[in-house]
Amino acid sequence: MIKTTPGEKIFNVFNVLVLTALALVILVPLLNVLFASFSDPVLVMKHEGLMLHPYGFTGAAYKAVAKDPNILTGYRNTLFVVVVGTSLNILLTVIGAYVLSRKNVLWNPLITMLIVFTMYFQGGTIPFYLTVRAVGLDGSIWSLIIPTAMNTFNLIVMRTAMASVPDSLSESAMIDGASHTRILFSIMVPLCQATIAVIVLYYAVTNWNAWFNAMIFLRDKKLYPLQLILREILIQDDTTMMTAGAEGDLGMISETIKYATIVVATAPILCIYPLLQRYFVKGVMIGAVKG
Amino acid sequence: MSVRLSRRFILLQQTFRQKVKIDFKKNKELYLLLIPVLLFYAVFQYGPMFGLTIAFKNYTPARGFMHSPWVGLKHFKNFFSDYYFARILTNTIRISVLTLIFSFPAPIILALLISELKGKRFARTVQTITYLPHFISVVVICGIIVQLTGSSGAITKFLGHFGFPQATMLNNPHLFLPIYIISGIWQTIGWNSIIYLSALTAIDEELYEAATIDGAGRFRQLISITLPCLSGTIVIMLILAVGKMFNVGYEKILLLYNPLTYEVGEVISTYVYRKGLLEFNWSYSAAVGLFNSIVSFVLVYCTNKLSKKISGSSLW
Repeated sequence: MIKTTPGEKIFNVFNVLVLTALALVILVPLLNVLFASFSDPVLVMKHEGLMLHPYGFTGAAYKAVAKDPNILTGYRNTLFVVVVGTSLNILLTVIGAYVLSRKNVLWNPLITMLIVFTMYFQGGTIPFYLTVRAVGLDGSIWSLIIPTAMNTFNLIVMRTAMASVPDSLSESAMIDGASHTRILFSIMVPLCQATIAVIVLYYAVTNWNAWFNAMIFLRDKKLYPLQLILREILIQDDTTMMTAGAEGDLGMISETIKYATIVVATAPILCIYPLLQRYFVKGVMIGAVKG
Repeated sequence: MSVRLSRRFILLQQTFRQKVKIDFKKNKELYLLLIPVLLFYAVFQYGPMFGLTIAFKNYTPARGFMHSPWVGLKHFKNFFSDYYFARILTNTIRISVLTLIFSFPAPIILALLISELKGKRFARTVQTITYLPHFISVVVICGIIVQLTGSSGAITKFLGHFGFPQATMLNNPHLFLPIYIISGIWQTIGWNSIIYLSALTAIDEELYEAATIDGAGRFRQLISITLPCLSGTIVIMLILAVGKMFNVGYEKILLLYNPLTYEVGEVISTYVYRKGLLEFNWSYSAAVGLFNSIVSFVLVYCTNKLSKKISGSSLW
């Protein structure tokens, strides 16, 4: 620490260069999408290599996206799943974590063991699908909410947080005659706010990005979440809904439409991400403490 | 003697029953609160486990879980003698081993590089940027990959200068794995480095100071202090990674592959999806899935045992 040898100096420069290169490799494909979405479709087709700025600035692709009814219903469905789903997620997780963090409850060790076991062994895709169908949830938007109502890892993290709240707090409330429900919502929830915030974020991102269950359970396109609509547009190459009313070369604008769709679907998460980054990072640490 | 034993047994039983009663009286509210949670686990976690019995039956939706006829190990035998068995097993192992070799060490190296940075501001910027892909959905990531590697995509055009054919790269079986692995590193390198960074900050500064006084250079410190201190975290992450080996990111494969690349891209979990949900071979695909789950479980169990023995760190 006292003096830097020439070797260390060279290493420091090299280190900064490597990390700058890595940051660029990660950022450039994303910027390419953003710039292409604002560019003239004809110039995008002709362009060689990654785009470092928009070519022939135009919002035509976004106009086409805004006209697509599927994107709008997709957005609405995704918002529903994120709001209702995440509320249910956190409610069940907090309740489960509270009960399982209580000491001197006869069945808690057994129940905890059975729950943790599901982290390591699952029935698999087919029995899961058949179970959801047997319960009668398939074809309904609730199939995206109820079968994924809890995540065991988040439950364990939450339980660890609640177990670390001093017993004296809940005991004195108990003596004052407070019920468990009361203790949970008036003492535990406010005290574990930070952990709850992290877990809400985790659930919300998972709900926003989920698509597989929607693909296997839903048949009515009006119920499709945004990610499933995106899959049709981006992977299965279906832009007919949007190019229908567009003027000019259809084949060409459909390319920039894809880029615009990506931006529209990803921007909300990427815009709030830097603001919430430290919470997310904290979440990883909480998980790590549990080990 | 036996009378006394059975009497003791009855006594024990009674006390247990009493214990249950007292416990239930005391904790009734807790158990009531837990009902929705228990219901969730019973229906959506243990329900499918019970549903695995169809792997030993000839399941038809008309007859249901209970009334479909038992067929023993027929579906497993069929799977092991399946024309595609060797192919999907090799693909699964190849993809997961390649992921372990390339994607696993990358975040460790990134964390080490970031921790060596002098400027805190620059470090934070690098972190923010490298974490970004973690928040982008698989569908969008695959959409970007499809765009960039399409017949007129930016990466395809760039590689054209080195003599690569100007065709959709994802239709080429030789390029499928490199695209899958490299994009995987791109997605995970930043986010997975967080855990190592936090382990690095936990290392006692005094160790480095003592080493500096003893004349150890930075590289020597890395070998003798940093890596040993990180090994616990690395082992835990390795166990988790090995446990997930047989659940290779099937979402990404499902989105990226097509009949032209089945020969390298088809893995057990995507095969289960195609056989079961697209071709309605319920029992057969449940058997394949069960095989997958069992192998996964055994893998986690063994790596955990092994690491407990070697380094003393384990999951349970």
